[in-house]
Amino acid sequence: MQQVTRRALLAGAATLLASGPGVRAAIIRGGRPWQPYAGGPPEPAGSGPWHWFTPEEGAAVEALVDRLIPPEPDTPGGRDAGCAVFIDRQLAGPYGSAAALYMRPPFRDGTKAQGNQSPLTPAARYRAALAALDAHCRAAFAGQPFARLPEAAQDRIIHGLEDSSLQLDGASGRGFFELLIKDTQHGFFADPVYGGNRDMCAWKMIGFPGARYDYRDWIDRHNQPFPLPPVAIGGGRPGWTPHA
Amino acid sequence: MPNRLPSRDVAIIGLGWTGSILAEQLTAEGLDVVAIERGPWRDTPTDFNVNTMPDELRYRIQHELFLRPAQQSLTFRNTLGQEALPVRTWGAFMLPNGVGGGGTHWNAEMWRFLPSDFVLRTHLTQRYGAAFLPADMTIQDWGITYDELEPFYDRFEYLCGTSGTAGNVAGRILPGGNPFEGARSRPYPLPAMKQGYGHALFADAARNLGYHPFPQPSGNLSAPYTNPLGVQMGPCSYCGFCEWFGCANYSKASPQTTILPTLALRKNFEARTLCEVTRINLDRTGRRATGVTYVDTSGQEWEQPADLVLLCGFQLFNVQLLLLSGIGTPYDPVANTGVIGRNFTHQTTSAAIGFFDKAKYNFNPFMSAGAIGMCIDEFNGDNFDHGPLGFVGGGYMGQVQTNGRPIETTPVPPGTPLWGHGWKQAIRDNYLSTIFSGAGVHGSFYSYRDIYIDLDPTWKDRFGRPLPRITIDLKPNELRMSAYLTDKYAEIIRAMGARQVVSQPRKGPYSMSAYQTSHLCGGAIMGTDPRTSALNKYLQSWDVPNLFVMGATAFPQNAGYNPTTTIGALTYWAAHAIRSTYLKDPGPLVRA
Repeated sequence: MQQVTRRALLAGAATLLASGPGVRAAIIRGGRPWQPYAGGPPEPAGSGPWHWFTPEEGAAVEALVDRLIPPEPDTPGGRDAGCAVFIDRQLAGPYGSAAALYMRPPFRDGTKAQGNQSPLTPAARYRAALAALDAHCRAAFAGQPFARLPEAAQDRIIHGLEDSSLQLDGASGRGFFELLIKDTQHGFFADPVYGGNRDMCAWKMIGFPGARYDYRDWIDRHNQPFPLPPVAIGGGRPGWTPHA
Repeated sequence: MPNRLPSRDVAIIGLGWTGSILAEQLTAEGLDVVAIERGPWRDTPTDFNVNTMPDELRYRIQHELFLRPAQQSLTFRNTLGQEALPVRTWGAFMLPNGVGGGGTHWNAEMWRFLPSDFVLRTHLTQRYGAAFLPADMTIQDWGITYDELEPFYDRFEYLCGTSGTAGNVAGRILPGGNPFEGARSRPYPLPAMKQGYGHALFADAARNLGYHPFPQPSGNLSAPYTNPLGVQMGPCSYCGFCEWFGCANYSKASPQTTILPTLALRKNFEARTLCEVTRINLDRTGRRATGVTYVDTSGQEWEQPADLVLLCGFQLFNVQLLLLSGIGTPYDPVANTGVIGRNFTHQTTSAAIGFFDKAKYNFNPFMSAGAIGMCIDEFNGDNFDHGPLGFVGGGYMGQVQTNGRPIETTPVPPGTPLWGHGWKQAIRDNYLSTIFSGAGVHGSFYSYRDIYIDLDPTWKDRFGRPLPRITIDLKPNELRMSAYLTDKYAEIIRAMGARQVVSQPRKGPYSMSAYQTSHLCGGAIMGTDPRTSALNKYLQSWDVPNLFVMGATAFPQNAGYNPTTTIGALTYWAAHAIRSTYLKDPGPLVRA
């Protein structure tokens, strides 16, 4: 039979407390507990300075996301869509610090099927890879960081990361490419409240109506285009007056 | 030292579907019931807000309603010779946490298993001979028949307001339903849901190929409903935010929408949330549970004595708790002895993506629901002759696409660049005109001698207890089954009019990175022989008769259906045995 030590319990309580605001064990008796908005809305990403990136890192990521999702006449690119802002806010929060993940040692390499075993958090991976990327660019392009390179050179570098022909010093180029493309697309398609998908540009591009919640009148109107514009949790309710 | 609390009649570990059903049944019997739940309280009006629930990033990608690996994880390896490594982020399956359990954020597919599924080894041996089965396959009969379980299937379906078209009522095959299903005593409580364009087109194509398509039985309600407990539910709005999300419409069957509003008012019921049971306590004989020990969020340890202990956690953690509590003999795959951890299974799902001409097809994929869809059952269980095929098992298949949420559901044809103008154009060209059902082929996973659960020797949970360790791989039988079924499925998608079909049969090895469903089964299975099962046919522990273990933990192997309706039926079946027999004379309900 296993014994639970007091020290382990305290560590456990801390983990649990970290998993949500104000969580406490509760006794529920005689009815269902009522607390308005217990689920709570998400915290808007907001504008203003970078939360996690240094100015140099921010510039590099803005340039990267604008090549991954390039601007076109009718839809903005990753930069104007806010993908870099999205990634910055995510890295500053629990995603960036891997707060929800199992991060107990020992860390050992496994098979591909066993999944990611890195001890590095996403925030640490961005920090290392962006430093290595700019160091590579400065060495190869007369002192210029990635953000200052012509688009064609930027594209060649991204291709190099993608096909592993370009190795970054102290970071996995392909690993960073995969992380960056995932986070960029999450930012592009997530609700604008998180900082990307500005003005629901990605949703308008593909025809996704967003946070609408009722298609009872439409589900059996087969093969007809849905005519209503998208709505969002954050800053996208056409016809509603914004709160001053 | 733990604080010792006053004794209760019943202690329930985990307040998901099975804990809620048993709490309702046993409080109705007049017993004093306490349910101890490791996660938070969650309820429709407070937590599933219509303004904030349609949030793909928060609920689908970042798993807001699920267990965090930081709280509790497991280790994983494919084979006995490997070192298992911890699952650091979820992938192959998602583990629930909190009141409502998986019933909070499931899709609510309401399938019954086939009559032959319950007598699987007997049935297959009779039809094909014992030598037809792989030598290391450990499938068993359940010790219960479909006919015994039928009244309890019915009960769970009427609790949930299930929407569907019956295919077999009392032996009469009815048009529009599943002609292969076991006989049901009466039709579903509600008519089937409406279907979207892609779902309807699949049915037309399947019918033209000679199959018998029918609407997927659904716990997303087609109409308003008041269930037998007097709880009111609303009609589904086809919002497309079902699985991974709580329902803000009271229209997805879950403990919150079917049982808790009544149960929470009962004076003899109490729930303790954010309290994690760390072991089941036994008396000195090891044959009687004296209650449970749990830890609250302040780190305080409590001992809750009880006359009857009901283990109602998620499958994997039920097995972990049995092993940590020293209940039953741990399974040893080398010696082939013991039962706790034995016959662990999952599901073998696959897909075929159909890309259609966008000038002609607009599927509006965002109008959908968790258990919407049109299916065929020609290739499930033993509904077809396996003799020439060289495998056993099968699954239902259908266009059961649940959503058009753009992070998850923007498939592009193979060869599309991963970024740049080419990617952007492909997303734009395919979003509205693609059929993509992640588990469109929902195949069985049979049990094997070296697929099992034990405790990891290295990695610990936050209480310092060993993590559960799973050893699991996809065997040739399952891979052959997946290849055959996925081919049949791709033919139907092609017949719908797709210009390109990308077939994705399941490939080995079993990977922690590829999501398959969260249908983990087995590990403390029911049966007729204590040497090969942990539980008798009433889900009562052979070793500790005042302990019952609920959930898919009891499945000897997994069939080609979603498990929850069978879990619900087995729970009502066990509740009936406890109420009608056990409480009058507490002791073993079956003599070993």
